[in-house]
Amino acid sequence: MDNTLVQLAMQSVNFGAIMPSLVLVCFGMFLLLVNVFSPRGKTTHVAWISIIALVISGIVSLSAWTPAGTPAGAGNTQFGFAGAVALDNFATFFNITFLLAAGLTILMSDEYLKREGYPIGEYYPLILFTTAGAMWMASGIDLMTIFLGLEVLSISLYVLAGFFRGQVRSNEAGLKYFLLGAFSTAFLLYGIALLYGVAGTTNVAEMGLYFAKNSAILGNPMTIAGMLLLATGFLFKIAAVPFHMWTPDVYQGAPTPVTAFMSAGPKAAAFAAFIRVFVFGLAGLQAEWTSLLWVLAVLTMTVGNLMAIYQTNIKRMLAYSSIAHAGYAMVGMVAANEIGLSGILFYMLAYTFMNLGAFAILVLAGREGEENLTLEGFAGFGFKRPFLGIAMTIFLFSLMGIPPTAGFAGKFYIFAGALKAGYVWLVVIGVLNSALSLYYYLRVMVTMYFREPSEDFAWVKMHAGAVVSIVLAIIGVFYMGIIPGAVMEMAKLAIF
Amino acid sequence: MTEHLLSLMTFFPILGLLVILFIPKENEGLLKGFALVVTLITFVISLPLAFNDSFKTSAAMHYKEFAQWITIGDYFQMNYHVGVDGISLWLVLLTTFIMPIAILSTWKAVDKNVKAFMALCLLLETAMLGAFVSLDLFLFYIFWELMLIPMYFLIGIWGGGNRIYAAVKFFIYTAVGSLLMLVAIIFIYYYGVRSGVALNGFNITEFYQMGIPPHIQTWLFLAFAFSFAIKVPMFPLHTWLPDAHTEAPTAGSVILAAILLKMGTYGYVRFAMPLFPDATQQFIPFLSVLAVIGIIYGALVAMMQDDVKKLVAYSSVSHLGFVMLGIFALNMQGMAGGMIQMVNHGISTGALFLIVGFIYERRHTREIKEFGGLAKTMPIFATIFMIITFSSIGLPGTNGFVGEFLILMGAFQSELRWFAVFATTGVIFAAVYMLWMFQRVMFGEVKNPANEKLKDLSAREIVMMLPLLLFVFWIGLYPNTFFEKMNPSMQQLLDQVKGQQQVAVVEKVEPRQLHGH
Repeated sequence: MDNTLVQLAMQSVNFGAIMPSLVLVCFGMFLLLVNVFSPRGKTTHVAWISIIALVISGIVSLSAWTPAGTPAGAGNTQFGFAGAVALDNFATFFNITFLLAAGLTILMSDEYLKREGYPIGEYYPLILFTTAGAMWMASGIDLMTIFLGLEVLSISLYVLAGFFRGQVRSNEAGLKYFLLGAFSTAFLLYGIALLYGVAGTTNVAEMGLYFAKNSAILGNPMTIAGMLLLATGFLFKIAAVPFHMWTPDVYQGAPTPVTAFMSAGPKAAAFAAFIRVFVFGLAGLQAEWTSLLWVLAVLTMTVGNLMAIYQTNIKRMLAYSSIAHAGYAMVGMVAANEIGLSGILFYMLAYTFMNLGAFAILVLAGREGEENLTLEGFAGFGFKRPFLGIAMTIFLFSLMGIPPTAGFAGKFYIFAGALKAGYVWLVVIGVLNSALSLYYYLRVMVTMYFREPSEDFAWVKMHAGAVVSIVLAIIGVFYMGIIPGAVMEMAKLAIF
Repeated sequence: MTEHLLSLMTFFPILGLLVILFIPKENEGLLKGFALVVTLITFVISLPLAFNDSFKTSAAMHYKEFAQWITIGDYFQMNYHVGVDGISLWLVLLTTFIMPIAILSTWKAVDKNVKAFMALCLLLETAMLGAFVSLDLFLFYIFWELMLIPMYFLIGIWGGGNRIYAAVKFFIYTAVGSLLMLVAIIFIYYYGVRSGVALNGFNITEFYQMGIPPHIQTWLFLAFAFSFAIKVPMFPLHTWLPDAHTEAPTAGSVILAAILLKMGTYGYVRFAMPLFPDATQQFIPFLSVLAVIGIIYGALVAMMQDDVKKLVAYSSVSHLGFVMLGIFALNMQGMAGGMIQMVNHGISTGALFLIVGFIYERRHTREIKEFGGLAKTMPIFATIFMIITFSSIGLPGTNGFVGEFLILMGAFQSELRWFAVFATTGVIFAAVYMLWMFQRVMFGEVKNPANEKLKDLSAREIVMMLPLLLFVFWIGLYPNTFFEKMNPSMQQLLDQVKGQQQVAVVEKVEPRQLHGH
C-alpha cells in the first residue's frame, strides 16, 4: 500500500477520541482471559476489576470535558478517525450516564447471579462491551460509527438478556430481542444507505452542511424515506410506540440487573444518537420529524402508562413505565431547543438513578427464580424492611415526578423546553400522563405500606453491592432534585 | 435572628425529624413527647410575627429572605424567596398553633408505627409553612407538592377501614390539579421572558405586574383555579374530602381541615386572583355559583349524615363555600370575612374533629344513633362541645359570627347580592344540622348502656381544647387584633384585583365600621 496514504490515515486516527471506550474494551478482553483461569463460580474479583475499568474510563471521559467559558477552539474536544468520532461534551455527558448505569448494575449483580445459580464471569465483560458500544453511539458523528456502536451494544445485550440459559423466560427474552432487534437494525441500515444516496456522505456534520446548501433535495422522497427508516431504528431502541412490543417480554424475562441496565444505558445511547443525527444532521427536516415525534411522543406516553396500570408484576410494570418515560424524553426532542435537549440529557441521568435504584430493590426482594415480584408479594414490605421501603418510596416518587426529586427536575426542564417552543398541548398531555402514572406507582406504595404483611421477608439478604448502589441512587435522586443547577449547567454545555 | 426567622420556623420541624429518625421506635412516649416539643418550639419561633405591629401599617412583605437557589445559565432562575404579609400572617400562625394540638391528640389514638407518624407530621408542618411563606412560585409549587406525600401516608397507614381508597383518591385529585398549575407556572415565566420583563426568578411580586393579556389570563386562571378549587374543595370537586376526612386519623383530620384546606383559599387570594385580575372578574359569577351550591349542598348533605365525622366533613364544604363567596365579593368586608373565616374554620372545625376523636376513642364508633345523653355522663365535654358547636354555627360572640356576618355583608354590598340571599340559607341549615346532631348525641336519656360509664375529658384533652376556646372568644369578641394586621395587605390585594380606577369609586371602609357590630 502507498506509504503516504497509511500515514494520512494514521494521522487522523487519534485514539484519544475513543479512549474511554478503548479502556472498557481492553479491560473486557482482559477479563475474558481472567475468566478462563478463574475457578468456576468465583466471579467477585471480575466484578471488582470491571468496576475499576469503569472508574478509569470515567476519569478519561471527564478529562475531555470542556468547562464553561473556554474560548472556542481551546477546548478538550477530541476528533478522530477522519471525523467519524468526536469526544465532545455531548459524548462525555452521555458517557458518564452509561458508566453510572453500568456501575450500579454491576454492583447489584454479583450476589444476584450467585443466588440465581449463574455465577458466570462473562457477564461483566459483556456489560463493559455494551457500555463501549453505547459510547460509540454517543460520540459517533458518522452514521457508520453509530451503526457500529449500535451493533456492539445490541449483540452484547442479546446475550445478556438470555443469560439465564436454563430459564425459558430468559431464553424467550434473548431470542425475541435478537429477532426484533436485528430486524430494526436492518431498517436503520437501509435508512443510512438512502441518506448516503442523497447526500453522498455518511458523516452527520457534512450531511447537515450538504442539506443546508441544497435544501431543495430535502423534499425528495428518498430523503424522507431515509429519515423515516433511521427514525424507526432509533425508536425501536428507545422503545417508543409503535415499536415497543418487545419491551415488556424482554424486560420481564431478562435477569433483573440486565433489565435495569437496558432501561437506562442503551436507551440513553439511542437518545444520544437520535439527537446527534436528527438535530444536527437532519435539521433541515425538523418540521417533518417534529410533527412525527409529536404524535409518537403522545402515543408512547399514553400507551406506556395505560398498559402499566394493568400490570400485577412489578418488573413488567416498570417495563411499561419505561416506555412512558421514553415518551416524556421524546417531548424534549419535539421541543428541539436548548432547554428541551439538555433536559433529555438531564432526564436520562436522572432516570438512570431512579430506575436502577428501584430495580436494585427488586433484585434484593426477589426470591430465587424471581417468582415473587408480583404486587401482592410486596404486601407489608415497607414496615418489615424499613430501609428498602423508604428507598423504594423515594424512587417511586421520583419516577412520578414529585418534587424534590430528580424525576421532577428532569420533567420540569423537558416540559419547560416544550412550552418555550410553544407546544402547550403536548405539555398538557404530558402532565396528564404523569397524573395517570401516579396510579400505578402509588399502588406499589399502597401494598408496601397500607397492607398487612403476609410474610416476614426474612429471605431478603442485604448484600453490600446492592446497598451501595441503592445509596448512590438515593444521593443522585436528591442531589439532582434539590440542587439540579450543576448537572443542568453541564447538560447545557453538552448541547453545544 | 429575625432576618432568618421564617427559615428557622419553616425548617425547624425538619431538624426535629432528623433527630426523630435516631430515636428507637419502641420508645413511643419519647417519640410523641419529642414531636410535641418540636412543634411547640416552632410555635414559639413564629410568635414574634404575632407581635409585630408593622403589619398594621404596611402591606409589604415582612421578614423577607432571598437566596439564589437554582440558576441555570440563561434558562431559568429559581430562588429561595420567602416573606410574610397580612394575608399569610394568620395562616402561618394558625399552622404553628394547630400542630402541637394535633400531636397531642395522638397520645392515645396512635399506637402503631409512632415513629413514622411523628416524622410525617413534622415533614407536613415544614411543607405547609413553606407553602404559606413562599414568594417564588416555583418554591411554592415544591412545598405544595411536598404536602401531598406525608398526608397520603397519614391517611393510608393510620386511617380507617376504607383508607386505601381515600388516600389514593386524595393524592390523585390533588396531584392532577397541581400538575396543570405547573404548566401554567412555566407558561407565565416564558410569557414574561418573551415580553421582555426583567424577571428575577419566579418572583410573584414581579409576576403581578406583568400585565398578561386577558385572553391568555383566562387559560392560566383556569389552570390555577382548578388546582386550588380541588384543594378548597369547591363543588363539584369536593368528593375526595369526605372520604379523606372520614378515613384519616384524628390528627390527620385536624391538620387537613384546619390547614390544608386553607391552601386552596389562600391560593386564590395570593396567586390566582392578583395574577389574573381580568380573568378573575370574568369568572367570579361562575365561581360564586359553585360556592353557593357548595354552601347549600354541603349543609344539606351534612344534615343527612349518620356519622359525626362525615357530618363535620361535609360542613367543611359548606363553610369553605362561605370563604370563597366572601373573597369573590371583592370588597373589604367580604375579603376580611373570608380571611378571618379561614382562621375560624381552622379553629372550630379542628376542634370538632378533636371532639369526634374524643368520643371515638371512648366508644370506637362515630354513629350518631349509638350516642345520646352524653351531657349527663360527660359534663365538661358537653360544655366544650356546646361552645364549639355555637362557634361553628356562627352564634354572636363567637368567631364564626364575625366571619359569616362580614362575608354576607360584603356579598350583599357587591354584585353578588342574590348569591348572598341563597348563601344565608346555609347559615340556617348549619344551625339545623349542628344543633340536631348535638341534641341527638348529648341530650336525652342515656339509652345505650355502653355510654353510662364514659369518662369525662382528661386533663390532656382539656389542655388541647382550651387554647382553641380562647380564640373562639377572642376572635368573636375583639376581632380587631386580627383585622388590623390584615387590612393593609387586603387593601393592596383588592387594588390589584380591581385595578386602580375602580377602587376610587368604591367607598372607603373605615376600620371602625368594619368591626363595629
